[in-house]
Amino acid sequence: MSTEGGATGYIVHHLTPLSVGEGFWTLHLDTLFFSALLGGLFILFFKTVAERATSGVPGLAQNIAETLVEFVDTQVKDSFHGRSPLIAPLSLTIFCWVFLWNSMDLLPVDLLPMIAGLMGMEYMRVVPSTDLNGTFALSISVFFLIFFYSIKVKGLLGFAKEMTCTPFGPKMMPFNLLLKTVEELAKPISLGLRLFGNLYAGELVFILIALLPPVLQPLLGFPWAVFHILVITLQAFIFMVLTIVYLSLAHEDH
Amino acid sequence: MSINATLIGQMITFTLLVWFTMKYVWPPIIAALEERKTKISEGLAAAEKGQEEIKLAEKKATSLLKEAKAQSAEIVSAAQKRANQLVEESKDQAKKEGERLLEAAKAQIEQEMLQAKESLRKEVSSLALRAAEQILKEEIDKAKHQDILSKAADQLG
Repeated sequence: MSTEGGATGYIVHHLTPLSVGEGFWTLHLDTLFFSALLGGLFILFFKTVAERATSGVPGLAQNIAETLVEFVDTQVKDSFHGRSPLIAPLSLTIFCWVFLWNSMDLLPVDLLPMIAGLMGMEYMRVVPSTDLNGTFALSISVFFLIFFYSIKVKGLLGFAKEMTCTPFGPKMMPFNLLLKTVEELAKPISLGLRLFGNLYAGELVFILIALLPPVLQPLLGFPWAVFHILVITLQAFIFMVLTIVYLSLAHEDH
Repeated sequence: MSINATLIGQMITFTLLVWFTMKYVWPPIIAALEERKTKISEGLAAAEKGQEEIKLAEKKATSLLKEAKAQSAEIVSAAQKRANQLVEESKDQAKKEGERLLEAAKAQIEQEMLQAKESLRKEVSSLALRAAEQILKEEIDKAKHQDILSKAADQLG
């Protein structure tokens, strides 16, 4: 535990990413590494199951994968009424990946930074969803998809018409455009910030608990971790459901 | 807390993950699920059909059993009837046979009686002849009175 600079120093240290580069071209190596690692885990698990998928009696792994797939599929079918080969796999990926990101939160706050410290790395922030870059990468990708599907389904003209002539009719065109632009931009920003805010705050509380005397730590850490299991799942679920809802809105022709 | 190139890296990773899931993960799992669904529904349908078949077979078995029972009862009654008939027939036959035997015995007795009568008559006639011969030895010429003697013998019969 590096306690130089007291409690503030400890907190700041825990929330500083391991980075290389300057300015915009800074890369948060920890975020990139852990999200790729977790993505790899996700792919490995599901790929193994998909390769051995049988319509007979499923094994444990297949059961888990099928439960997730069916859960996501139900969500997609509930809110999305078109046919798209992308949306369901996209939702599954978002749900599982964000869930894995968030669950890094449950590891002891000092465990991985300490190991990294022993390996000579000064900073280590292990939860990719506490990095705005991580959450915004997802939400901006979703935003691009919204954009893409809006134009694909409604045509460029239809999309332009929707942006300018709703909700108040052609006479209020500039106001409509402003309103719609804000509406569309609010989607990725709220998506990204919601996930980031929840997990950042959660991680912060864990760090604060870690500053308490050791006797008090389990007393507070345990309930917070239990509560966090809910938050982790809930945030992953919210991100997925909102993605589905936004994309189904993009598919709707007025 | 700044937005930087990490964002781009994360977006690339995300795109790859989504592409991979879409291409290699989602379709086989969904296919397996669908296949199981059809399998289960087929199985259920087959089970239902099987149950119906069992019911049908039971019905058939019951009717067959009923038929067999009726048939066996018929056979038994026919056999009884036949047996009665046979008994009657044999009774009749026995009676007829007995009558026939009786008749034959009677005929035989009559015949024997006739025969005995004949032989008796012959004997009596010969006896009478002999006696007459003895008595009339001298007086009667056998050849001369042959006619009378045989007439007498005839009358004795």
